Amino acid sequence: MIPLYWYIILSAALFSIGLYAVITRRNTIMILMGVELMLNAANINLLAFWRYLYASSGSLDGIVFPLVIFIAAAAETAVGLGLIISAYRRRQTIVANDLDTLKG
Amino acid sequence: MSFIADPVTFIINWLSSVLSGWGIADMWVQFIMFVLGAGILAFGAMIFTIGLIWVERKLGGRVQDRIGPNRVGPWGIFQTIADMLKIFTKELITPTGADSTLFNLAPILAMASVLGLWAVIPLSPTVFGTNIDVGILYLIGVGALGELGIILAGLSSNNKYALVGGFRAVAQLISYEVPFAIALLIPVMFSGSMGLNDIVASQKVAFIFQAPVAALVFFIASIAENGRAPFDLIEADSEIVAGFNIEYSGLKFGMYYVADFLHAFTSAMIFASLFLGGWRGPGAELYPILGFVYLFIKTAAVYLLTVTIRFTVPRLRIDQMMAFNWKYLTPLALATLLVTAIVDKAAPAGQGLIRILLLWAANAALFFVTDRIVTIFRRNREKERKVVSEPRPVPIAVRPLPASESEVNS
Amino acid sequence: MTGMQVIFLISAVVILFSGTMMVSTRKLIQAALWLILTLFGVAVIFALLETSFLAIVQVVVYIGAIAILIVFAIMLTHLAVDDTYQNRKWIVTAVIAMIALAGILLAIFTWPQGATLTAPLPGGQQDIRAIGLALLDPEGYLIPFEISSLLLLAALVGSIYIGLERKGETK
Repeated sequence: MIPLYWYIILSAALFSIGLYAVITRRNTIMILMGVELMLNAANINLLAFWRYLYASSGSLDGIVFPLVIFIAAAAETAVGLGLIISAYRRRQTIVANDLDTLKG
Repeated sequence: MSFIADPVTFIINWLSSVLSGWGIADMWVQFIMFVLGAGILAFGAMIFTIGLIWVERKLGGRVQDRIGPNRVGPWGIFQTIADMLKIFTKELITPTGADSTLFNLAPILAMASVLGLWAVIPLSPTVFGTNIDVGILYLIGVGALGELGIILAGLSSNNKYALVGGFRAVAQLISYEVPFAIALLIPVMFSGSMGLNDIVASQKVAFIFQAPVAALVFFIASIAENGRAPFDLIEADSEIVAGFNIEYSGLKFGMYYVADFLHAFTSAMIFASLFLGGWRGPGAELYPILGFVYLFIKTAAVYLLTVTIRFTVPRLRIDQMMAFNWKYLTPLALATLLVTAIVDKAAPAGQGLIRILLLWAANAALFFVTDRIVTIFRRNREKERKVVSEPRPVPIAVRPLPASESEVNS
Repeated sequence: MTGMQVIFLISAVVILFSGTMMVSTRKLIQAALWLILTLFGVAVIFALLETSFLAIVQVVVYIGAIAILIVFAIMLTHLAVDDTYQNRKWIVTAVIAMIALAGILLAIFTWPQGATLTAPLPGGQQDIRAIGLALLDPEGYLIPFEISSLLLLAALVGSIYIGLERKGETK
């Protein structure tokens, strides 16, 4: 049988990899991909806890919550990529550091 | 089960008993049976494609008032094998600057996604790959993998034509997934389950008679998902010079070729399972081998219809295709879903004839309303075009006077 | 080592390896492909947790739509000069990520059942019908369902508006 903490270690590691991508990489699309990794890690975490503790009582919280996270991730990716492409059309750059016209 | 009635299950049981007799653990016996079954199914599907290509070329030739291949073997039945030998012996070229991992991965993905579809289709009452209870979603998901193969091919070829071709191909495939998925929901609604086995088992009256508009929408969407005419913009020779697979030669192109034809046949099989009743027919439960024969006959009918459409109808432009999908097919699919759901609840399954009549009336109304709307739009557009294309009035100073027309004409 | 444990270990290795490759590769399109492999691994984990519905929805939504969107965006912006690679102080961010990892692991292992919960309570597969009925049940999850459909509508309208090229706007 798979102990619960295996799933948690996996999800924590995936989360920190996504966190690293968001903080370190300067390409906006790469930042979005890091956010996707973090959302997936949260999904694994939620599902693991639900399955191990609450699935037997028949509540479906652990399925609907990840489903809503899927939906939110899809919506966020669509709008985010639209923003990135629109910014690229204006400023010809997708480096996050260069999109700084609101600065100071 | 005797051998005649159900050969596949007989062989499976016999082989399992032989393997268990050799002392192999139960889990491994099952695993070996699964691997063998998958291998034989995939291999059989690919071998079957040889005959499929021949049928298509002969039928296409007849539609186009010519004979089709008839040199290699009687009636040209070995033509496909000759083509296969040619494709095998061609040089495998990887263009410079192409990302070779992606370049080689793309045809594998395209082929794998088509073969993966065979895993959930019930071939007979007892022979099926697996009975997952989300089979419909699995079909959509595996189709998405095929699109991934196409976009990888377009990206990795280091070729502008391939890139643009890949863009357009994926745009088409993603767009037509929407009516595909919506029309797939109608058999799910009727049978109450997303598993293909349950959908086939619950078709006492084939779903095409209960929801003809949905079957039509699904048929059109699946032709578009395959990339066959009239939606074969993906590989239009005159437009994009073979599109995303322009840089592929030899066996890699052969994989795309085989995947194309096999996908058409598999889509026909899915349509037959979902809307025509799959393996159902007189005596299919008692003699499962008959179920396979019925499925094959229905699939062949749908496939021949697809081939005839391919060689009859001209190709759509990309803007026509997109307009057709988003302005006609998707609203029609949504309206069909709504209407069918309402009628389905209003006349539940127990009441037989009344339900079918109500469904027919609803579908006929849907068809009629759609026809009216389309006709009104077309008339408006033609009226606009007529207004625009009237010749502008010429200024009086240069208009020739009627009296001197003969001088102008001489 | 039961079969499930072997599958879990293989998919965990695949996920973490492709995640690492994704964040450390220079070429953006290769990063997108490593992302797709990661998402596949996560789908396998979902299937291991006996939620086959979510596993297939993951493949359809994430790989079939979001990953293809990302590849499209990469293709549309591939002419952008990308000499970025990463922040110059990437060691600091790696340390930050490690601290986050350590924090989460600390949280799970100081929980009394953290190290000892080895088997899921018997619950079995969730029925698709139950999920569907719960999503439309006013005492169930109807409100999240309706709100997420509103969210999708807003995203649809917003992304079309943002992406629309009005005349004379592009330089």
